[in-house]
Amino acid sequence: MERLKSIQDLDALRQQIIERRKHIRKRIRVCNGTGCHSQGAERLVDAFNRALEERGVARDYLVVPTGCNGFCAAGPIVVIEPQEVFYQRVKPDQVEAIIERSVLADEVIEELLYVDPTTGERIVHEYEIPFFAKQERLVFKDTGTNFVTDIDDYISRGGYSALAKVLSGMSPEEVIEEVKLSGLRGRGGGGFPAGVKWESCRRAHGDIKYVMCNADEGDPGAYMDRSLLEGNPHQVLEGMIIGAYAIGAREGYIYVRFEYPMAVKNALWAIEQAKQYGLLGDNILGTSFSLDIHVNRGAGAFICGESTALMASLEGKVGEPRGKHIHTVEKGLWNRPSNLNNVETWANVPLIINNGGAWYASIGTERSKGTKIFSLVGKINNTGLVEVAMGTPLRTIIYDIGGGIPAGRRFKAVQTGGPSGGCVPERLIDLPVDFEKLKEAGSMMGSGGMIVMDEETCMVDVARYFLNFLVEESCGKCIPCRVGVKRMHELVVGMCEGRARPGDIEKLEELCYAIQETALCGLGKSAPNPVLSTLQYFRDEYDAHVHEKKCPAKICKPLIQYVIDTDKCTGCGLCRRRCPENAIIGAKKECHCIDEELCVRCGICIESCKFKAIYIE
Amino acid sequence: MENILQDVDAVIDQWGAKPESLLQIMLDVNHHFNYLPRESIVRIAERLRMPVSQVYSVATFFKVFSLTPRGRTIVHVCTGTACHVKGAPKLLDRMKQDLGLDPGETTEDLALTLETVNCVGACASAPVVVVNGETYSEVTPNKMAALVKEIKEQSA
Repeated sequence: MERLKSIQDLDALRQQIIERRKHIRKRIRVCNGTGCHSQGAERLVDAFNRALEERGVARDYLVVPTGCNGFCAAGPIVVIEPQEVFYQRVKPDQVEAIIERSVLADEVIEELLYVDPTTGERIVHEYEIPFFAKQERLVFKDTGTNFVTDIDDYISRGGYSALAKVLSGMSPEEVIEEVKLSGLRGRGGGGFPAGVKWESCRRAHGDIKYVMCNADEGDPGAYMDRSLLEGNPHQVLEGMIIGAYAIGAREGYIYVRFEYPMAVKNALWAIEQAKQYGLLGDNILGTSFSLDIHVNRGAGAFICGESTALMASLEGKVGEPRGKHIHTVEKGLWNRPSNLNNVETWANVPLIINNGGAWYASIGTERSKGTKIFSLVGKINNTGLVEVAMGTPLRTIIYDIGGGIPAGRRFKAVQTGGPSGGCVPERLIDLPVDFEKLKEAGSMMGSGGMIVMDEETCMVDVARYFLNFLVEESCGKCIPCRVGVKRMHELVVGMCEGRARPGDIEKLEELCYAIQETALCGLGKSAPNPVLSTLQYFRDEYDAHVHEKKCPAKICKPLIQYVIDTDKCTGCGLCRRRCPENAIIGAKKECHCIDEELCVRCGICIESCKFKAIYIE
Repeated sequence: MENILQDVDAVIDQWGAKPESLLQIMLDVNHHFNYLPRESIVRIAERLRMPVSQVYSVATFFKVFSLTPRGRTIVHVCTGTACHVKGAPKLLDRMKQDLGLDPGETTEDLALTLETVNCVGACASAPVVVVNGETYSEVTPNKMAALVKEIKEQSA
């Protein structure tokens, strides 16, 4: 690779790359996102490459290991371009058939197509699948079609053209103005206007400034940052470089969870490639602007997603937050002006520069602009990553894109915002999803996790789950969070175990308000949210746990009982043999019964019964 | 002991003996030995010119570090929200039943350590289990039991 010394060099390189690839007749896209990867996508890539080589046509067809396609429920995914024939759940032994029939010939293999669960029809093309058709993919557009480990692929798609535009004639102030005009707000949870933050950092006194990318995506159930950094690292990098130019930083950090090894790896090679082309390092594209970016791994602490804790951790200290009365844009990393944005926020920046702030501001709602990527997971048919314009109704996301709830069960609530957020109940299904509306509903945007819950999810158990998470993850610096959340946890565990006393719900509420007002950092202040929102919408479930000692969703073990239906039991003895506690008794071919004292409610008997004779009471 | 320090020094040299490299050095040392040997903590403190207490505080603060030796294979059960609602607690129950292990515990023969992790970002495949960097998707209690049996057999 030769270093690019000017904007013209970059344009020339782009033309060269496009020219070089003209002879490629078809591209075979194999999704290599986390979901597909865990189902063996790597083996598919090898198999395709081998099959093409064996036939001596490896030059004419290109196998492209892409970033996350988003439709994780259908993985591993293979798409044949240019027609965009979409094959789902592909196995290595089907590779030969795909090569022969769909790559070398133009046939469509019916059995590998996606079947629309509502109409029962097979769908040939990717863009026709409802999951994709109802989305508005801007930030996530190329992740899923790109060749992840190839910077040339990124450049051929117009990559780094936003950086070129900035360096060829925009002053830092103009860049900031454009971002302000776009109305872009932080995608990490806070929703603070990015342009305003950049401006304060630019104005702050100091020669040395830093840009940072928060990839410490700790909200359980959210993985869009992982997919972006893994699947399109150059887009994130380009955003950071533009940000550094606007702010006046010469050094940057990407702080990423060690639990995301592929994101670490891909970010590192992206930096390496960008340096070789002179898009990072000294004198970027022949200008006087220079920037270095490092990748630092976190070590498994949720709190390090909080800005001041993240910086402490970068400095080699314990990741504890500090009071925010000193702004990080003035005194952040090593007490120098620092600008921290989340992965998705950075990935938005090249789009804004290329298309203009006004264009960006035309998407979304009055105060929430642009699109948002959500990770749609839990009890939903089409699990995956979806990008929609801000203000899209929840119903569109859950039913039209998400395909509704599996097994015909009822939708109960969706949890957003991770441990700082709350649950939005079924009756608010038409809620337009943006920063304000979610907050009004008692939840928050957070980083964009949407965990769908059905009637078999116990809301008290959900509150218990988040409190347990927060107890474990509390850094311990301030008392309200360290002790208060622990007391809340004890109360809720008591409810789940049938030990709660009348008045406990009120005590719990009181604690919530006290913690909200007195905790040190944002995560502590928002820790009561999962409890408050479930109390707001599902108080009856709390009442049932406390007063009737019953779990309506039949989840909390001490409050339920496994029973064998005497009409359905054939006495086959399978459950008796499988029961690890020997809690099931009964003679052969006679109705069995469960000894409640011995039963540990593990559910193995229900799983093994072929006659559906065991139920929960 | 000599060997341990040599390995630790190699890691420190790779990152540079600067305070900002602390976490990165500790991650690599922890990965190399599967835990942080006592000697390594002292050595890191010496070379980075910081009090042992600072290294120790970082070691006890972050979840990934262990101060005691762990099993040859570490089984991470994801307990993120998506995995939780899709049955991760049942996987842990099964481990307790089969091996008598609670999260954080190691089998007596040092074959296997059971740990939980707060979301590995593979929520679409929930519930997931990660073994030696390999992610297993849509794990049921039975699949989990088979997986662990395989690990134990390989280790024996």
